[in-house]
Amino acid sequence: MNLTLRVWRQADKKSPGKFVEYEAKNIPEDCSFLEMLDIVNEGLDQSGIEPIAFDHDCREGICGACSLVINGIAHGPERATTTCQLHMRHFSDGDTIYIEPWRARAFPILKDLIVDRSAFDDIQKAGGFITARTGSPPDANSVPIPKQNADEAMDAAACIGCGACVAACPNSSAMLFVGAKVTHLGLLPQGQPERTRRVLRMVKTMDEAGFGNCRNYYECEAVCPAEINASVIAMLNREYAAAVVKDTVSTV
Amino acid sequence: MATPDSKIPPGPLETKWEKFKFDSRLINPANRRKYSIIIVGSGLAGASAAATLGELGYHVKCFCYQDSPRRAHSIAAQGGINAAKNYQNDGDSVRRLFYDTVKGGDFRSREANVYRLAEVSASIIDQCVAQGVPLAREYGGLLANRSFGGALVSRTFYARGQTGQQLLLGAYSALCRQIAAGNVEMYPRTEMLDLVVVDGHAKGIVVRDMVNGKITSHAGDTVVLATGGYGNVFYLSTNAKGCNATAAYRAYKKGAYFANPCYTQIHPTCIPVAGDYQSKLTLMSESLRNDGRVWVPKKKEDCGKHPTQIPEEARDYYLERKYPSFGNLAPRDISSRAAKQVCDEGRGVGPGGLGVYLDFADAIQRLGENVVRERYGNLFDMYEKITGENAYKVPMRIYPAVHYTMGGLWVDYNLMSNLPGLHVLGEANFSDHGANRLGASALMQGLADGYYVLPATIGNYLATVTGKKVTTDHAAFKVAEAEVRARIDTLLSIRGKRTVDSFHRELGLLLWDKCGMARTEEGLKEALEKIPQIREEFWRNVNVHGTGDSLNQSLEKAGRVADFLEFGELMVRDALERRESCGGHFREEYQTGEGEALRNDEEFAHVAAWEYAGDGNTPIRHEEPLEYETVKLAVRSYK
Repeated sequence: MNLTLRVWRQADKKSPGKFVEYEAKNIPEDCSFLEMLDIVNEGLDQSGIEPIAFDHDCREGICGACSLVINGIAHGPERATTTCQLHMRHFSDGDTIYIEPWRARAFPILKDLIVDRSAFDDIQKAGGFITARTGSPPDANSVPIPKQNADEAMDAAACIGCGACVAACPNSSAMLFVGAKVTHLGLLPQGQPERTRRVLRMVKTMDEAGFGNCRNYYECEAVCPAEINASVIAMLNREYAAAVVKDTVSTV
Repeated sequence: MATPDSKIPPGPLETKWEKFKFDSRLINPANRRKYSIIIVGSGLAGASAAATLGELGYHVKCFCYQDSPRRAHSIAAQGGINAAKNYQNDGDSVRRLFYDTVKGGDFRSREANVYRLAEVSASIIDQCVAQGVPLAREYGGLLANRSFGGALVSRTFYARGQTGQQLLLGAYSALCRQIAAGNVEMYPRTEMLDLVVVDGHAKGIVVRDMVNGKITSHAGDTVVLATGGYGNVFYLSTNAKGCNATAAYRAYKKGAYFANPCYTQIHPTCIPVAGDYQSKLTLMSESLRNDGRVWVPKKKEDCGKHPTQIPEEARDYYLERKYPSFGNLAPRDISSRAAKQVCDEGRGVGPGGLGVYLDFADAIQRLGENVVRERYGNLFDMYEKITGENAYKVPMRIYPAVHYTMGGLWVDYNLMSNLPGLHVLGEANFSDHGANRLGASALMQGLADGYYVLPATIGNYLATVTGKKVTTDHAAFKVAEAEVRARIDTLLSIRGKRTVDSFHRELGLLLWDKCGMARTEEGLKEALEKIPQIREEFWRNVNVHGTGDSLNQSLEKAGRVADFLEFGELMVRDALERRESCGGHFREEYQTGEGEALRNDEEFAHVAAWEYAGDGNTPIRHEEPLEYETVKLAVRSYK
């Protein structure tokens, strides 16, 4: 198939960017979206144009590195699919495709389609963990966990940290990401001792990084490749409210 | 030729590790913060080591090329992690896990290392559960297990088809805690380009900031490489696109021995290659072989037919036929070779005849589609996304692909290289898997090395570090930095006609053909002639765009491919010198009448450790004999 691409090109953080048009010719429909870009880049390379920079690594939908807004949708038109797992058979010959980076104040563009997502690491550092010193923890089976809790924790833990939720949200909210971690750890018995501290610190860091608040657009859930349910945001809100009360009471 | 000293402690196998730990040097807690440790890589091994050493009070700097440590390729491991917990009461024990691993490695690994691995395996599960890793559970709330290739017990713990993701996120969360506590400094999007050796000891690294191109040096009391394997030397593999051998290869060129580079694992269950555009291969977890049955048509003529049109009696369930006791769960090397054999006979299916069926029809009938969906749903979805086919209705098509590399930098029992001060963990070292790794053992080894082994052994080296600290002002750093800059300038100044990828593909195809699933003396000699030619053209005719002082993905790739072009030659040389078949290394000249690998224990029950001898010179092959005191060397049978 033959396609017309309109790709965001930007030299670095400070330079202004713009859309540049490229032709993508003879693209096999079984190839992935990133392989399509590889083919275009090989062509650019040979004609003396610097290839388009984009983040990618595992190319099997799990590392969370790839991050493109395709025709206005984070990770493109297929539901529950990362850009690297999106295949060209979902496009038609002659299509024009717009390709942009994640756009959010907390994710500055570094080059072309690559953004800086270190704000997510900062949120994680603030409290996205259970303090468990390496050494001799209790036997793994000493605390039984009902299957349903373990399964729900796993549903939330499946987040790949790609940031599509932020890119899709008109408010650039990171609450799906934060809610997923708070839900995962909050549902497990091991996560209880730090439950209050965790949510307060993570939300504070999230606010400081410049992410907006949830306004119930549900765009995050719609684009999430790991199918994280927006109910984790409700859980985050409940946890946060309870934590604020506890924190206030304990400091009075 | 010197014999590298493995420093395996004396005494009975069962007490070696305990005794070794007691005899090891300890560092006073108050003194630990005076030692700085450089860790390169943030996968299971790197992240767990950084978190644990940071927690112990050492000053740790951790580097990764990804934008976040959470994206290291350990994240893509699907199936599970082994541990000798015997939660299923099916006869498992430390000794059995040890034995299975030594046998699975085709008797080419070190007994003492493997026993230690089996010993600490149980603690890993405890540690991960304490961190909140949501491993699969049964209705009663206890942990669930599944079985994996090469074992007759269920000892594999898992988190759906995303075990690597969950274990890595556990290690990442522990790492985050230490970063926040100020014990670990994290450097993402930073690539190590050289190792710095001062007075014969590894004392630092030279790195490039991948965003602004700045070249800087970091000095430490010891350097730890946890940089993964070299599977991407084949271009197409299940590795992430960024995985590379540069850190390990640079260390080799600075004097660290490279052990058994010819031991590469070709994983049997991957989605077959679909076209020339293909950029990577995707693994379908080996756990699928628990319920899926592998077959091809008995007759060539049937290969073109739709699989559901081929009746039961016209199908050859070749693994069940050849290996009745292990059946579809035969180890990876054996399953891969069996697939190659049936395809070579012209009985392969799908495009190019390079594929076999993995069929779930029986499992769906026996268990119901829901149960199969619960066990493997994400894998079936992934398969459909890539191929456009629904594996609940038609059998999957699979074919072997490069997956893991058992070879790596040589280390002793301390996980230290022959180059003092350099420690190597996880897939980057060679020590535990012999000539073939069993499924669900890589996660075990990465975490064992990082959480338990290195923290116990590192004191033995650090306690010997006395006197003035080396800083980056030392001349060795200036020289290494200048070399790194000169190499980048050269790459950017060639401005030839071919892309970096075209060279990488050419090398990969050649290696897959001559040094892949089956190897011959003739083919290997041919590869040894061709690789230098490709390398020569690369340095004359490659085209790398852009500048060195900005984010430049072509330049990143070019540096890695340049190292692969040298490393590939070492791999082929090792394959040529190992005149036997064992595990993942299959030399066609050495096979039994039935086409199974034929080992030569008389001459090759040793580790080949290669020493760099200067550009243009043949590297020196050292031998570390493998002594089996507990396990009897036997022909590996899975029949």
